[in-house]
Amino acid sequence: MEDNIVLKMRNIHKIFPGVRALQGVDFTLRKGEIHALMGENGAGKSTLIKVLTGVYGKEEGEIFLDGNEGAVNIHSPQDAQKMGISTVYQEITLCPNLSVAENMFIGRTAGAVQNWKKMNTDTEKILQSLDIPAKPTQQLESCSIAVQQMIAIARAVDMDCKVLILDEPTSSLDEQEVAKLFKLMRDLRSRGVGIIFVTHFLDQVYEVCDRITVMRDGKLVGEYEIKDLPRVQLVSKMLGKELDDLSDIKGDQQAFKKDAKAVPVFEAENLSSDAGIKPFDFHIEKGEVNGFTGLLGSGRSECVRAIFGADRVTSGHVKVNGKSVKISKPIDAMKNGIAYLPEDRKMDGIVGDLSVRDNIILAQQVLKGFFKPFSKAEANKVADEYIKLLNIKTASKDTPIKSLSGGNQQKVILARWLFTHPEYLILDEPTRGIDVGTKVDIQKLVLKLASEGMSVTFISSELDEMLRTCSRLVVMRDRKMVGELTGEDLNQKTVMSTIAGGDK
Amino acid sequence: MGKGETVKANNTNFLMKVVRNQCFIPLAALLLLVVINLVADPGFFKITLGYNAAGNPVLSGFLITILDSGSELAILAIGMTLVTAASGGQDISVGAAVAIAGSVLLRVLCGDNSRPETLQAPIIVAFLVSCVVAMLFGAFNGVLVAYFKIQPMIATLILFTAGRSIAAWINNNELPVISDPSFKYYGEFIPGIPIPTPVFIAAACVIIIGIVLKVTNLRIYTQAVGINQSSSRLNGLNPALIKVLAFVILGLCVAVVGLIKVSRISSINYSVIAKDIEMDAILAVALGGNALSGGKFNMTASIIGAYVIQFLTTTLYKFQVQSDALPAYKAVVVIILVVVSAPTVREYFSNFTKKLKLSKEVA
Repeated sequence: MEDNIVLKMRNIHKIFPGVRALQGVDFTLRKGEIHALMGENGAGKSTLIKVLTGVYGKEEGEIFLDGNEGAVNIHSPQDAQKMGISTVYQEITLCPNLSVAENMFIGRTAGAVQNWKKMNTDTEKILQSLDIPAKPTQQLESCSIAVQQMIAIARAVDMDCKVLILDEPTSSLDEQEVAKLFKLMRDLRSRGVGIIFVTHFLDQVYEVCDRITVMRDGKLVGEYEIKDLPRVQLVSKMLGKELDDLSDIKGDQQAFKKDAKAVPVFEAENLSSDAGIKPFDFHIEKGEVNGFTGLLGSGRSECVRAIFGADRVTSGHVKVNGKSVKISKPIDAMKNGIAYLPEDRKMDGIVGDLSVRDNIILAQQVLKGFFKPFSKAEANKVADEYIKLLNIKTASKDTPIKSLSGGNQQKVILARWLFTHPEYLILDEPTRGIDVGTKVDIQKLVLKLASEGMSVTFISSELDEMLRTCSRLVVMRDRKMVGELTGEDLNQKTVMSTIAGGDK
Repeated sequence: MGKGETVKANNTNFLMKVVRNQCFIPLAALLLLVVINLVADPGFFKITLGYNAAGNPVLSGFLITILDSGSELAILAIGMTLVTAASGGQDISVGAAVAIAGSVLLRVLCGDNSRPETLQAPIIVAFLVSCVVAMLFGAFNGVLVAYFKIQPMIATLILFTAGRSIAAWINNNELPVISDPSFKYYGEFIPGIPIPTPVFIAAACVIIIGIVLKVTNLRIYTQAVGINQSSSRLNGLNPALIKVLAFVILGLCVAVVGLIKVSRISSINYSVIAKDIEMDAILAVALGGNALSGGKFNMTASIIGAYVIQFLTTTLYKFQVQSDALPAYKAVVVIILVVVSAPTVREYFSNFTKKLKLSKEVA
């Protein structure tokens, strides 16, 4: 075995009920390298990390540490820590109300007596050596998130860690803070620490990493030196499309012809929200289907949530049918004929214990007003109509929605918004986690609705699906709108290179 | 399959439906109490017509007592059900709030003199003032819960602790007494009508909430907010406002109960009035098979639950259980009822019956 290998995972399998989360994944980390672990949602990154840190057990596979021949068994996060594997999560897991020094040493002191003075001077030394701008006696709370994260890293390093896992550490940091964090990471690399860096930000990967391991659908796609893997290649590997067979799946949809005189159904200028997207301009015409594309975390959902008023809108002007309106909460958007099928069906979509019928009428009921409930007969009629129209499979309309399958739940939510007869329908990942048949149904429905004059924004992680349905794609990267593609540009190659950005 | 068997299957289906109904447990409990009393002493159900001190015809008997004394609890159960559904928590300040509402009512009726010869304001005015005050306190609780996101039990702990002192302070710590006989109508009898007035008031409240649930979206809104707040917001609801609304409605219930309570004795005892009633009200909601973590609710079941509690209390009195020992006996019965109506137990039984059916079919 090579000397400089600090961690080797071989043929890791992990099965959850009904899902093969990891299927024979290999992962190798060398001394003094920053290694990016990349993959889209459901690729298995976090499962792999959790197996490594002992949160999950594994069905099969071996883990070797430090070039040793014997495989180790990691049963718990404490085990992992003892073996020199430390994790720093996106959310700080330290104690905000203790001092920096206390946080550095909590749970690590032997015996009942604590030498506070020594603890503080030791902390001072560590902080200085890593160039972290904090005082040992300062309360952790009073440090910025970035500094807190650095302190978490310092704690890990001081505990003699050989493998440092950074799980999305930069999500809540601004550019300067990210720069500081990278300096610290490079510093640690030069000391021989192996760092696993999980992130969605492509720019950051290319700025700081040495190697990339790409995963998809619980399988290993490959391990690459950063210089051998241009961005476009990386994106294509993450999305599972080989560049060679990009046989230009061109959309079958007609190029959208804009009526020169018509005003856009929806128009936004300089819109942004507290979810952290950079201000963007956007418009959609009557009968148009467009899409937001980009990698996970690129800000696709945040854009449409800002349009619907689902997040707190912080800036921007919005016009509906040419008239200036103010949309600060969902009901405002609904009153202006906008409907939004949210990305997270379970958290934001269904009202689990309520019946299919109540879930269908809910949004229209709210629009109608508190004192104008639908009669039971009306509600039943509407429910029957949509159950038939969308072919929803349910025991009855009185069945609680939570006992339906994912695809049928999604259809109920779709029915809910169709029943409000919107002018502009936003579908955020309507096809995630549902069966192929339903997927096709939904795509067909979108095109049909558009032909009847409804404007639709369609978001999907599956590029094929977007290319098939949308006549215009807005491309997002790192929470910024970076491009807009129409006509000839609507092919996988152009879309991926726009997503990737940087070197073309 | 023969015709007889289909009928039989239909019968079992019907039976299952009845057993699954949320009202089944409280109704079964009620029936059980009735049977126990029938066996022990059929005299329990005797109702006699007599005349009270004022010479009015009045009905008396244990059943009348149950209907009469259960009124307050039934009214509070209405509000508590809504608060539970919308906020997923309970208001423990209702007893203290009843003291405040009653105190305000008396203060308006008495003016500055605690023993007035004549009423200083019409009773309806005093009642409306107490309604406004009780709803304001309800809104206070609601705002703490909905906007400051404090746990309902903690938020209402404030008023639970301070309420009775506030009630005493409203009347300068005096104990006002109303001598006007017409004030007694609300807690006792209206001349010529032999049924206690609280029974009518409770019935009116039940009918009103029934109508409100019919002509407004109160039910679906509170349920949606209680089940999935984030989703409700994306459907255009304002979850915080709906929670506050539930607390305000409970405040209104509190004011009605305040009127009945002070009218019963034409006075007030700040430390005793509606004591521990919050616990019985929460219990009524739980007995009705409603999840105390919020969401779906069944108003009828809660109201039946309230009368079951009163039936139980009266039965225990009838068996001459000492009043200090009463809570202990009550506790035993309550434990049984609550465990039986717990969703996990019900699920276990329904699985059990399913298995029985299956094994029969196999045989």
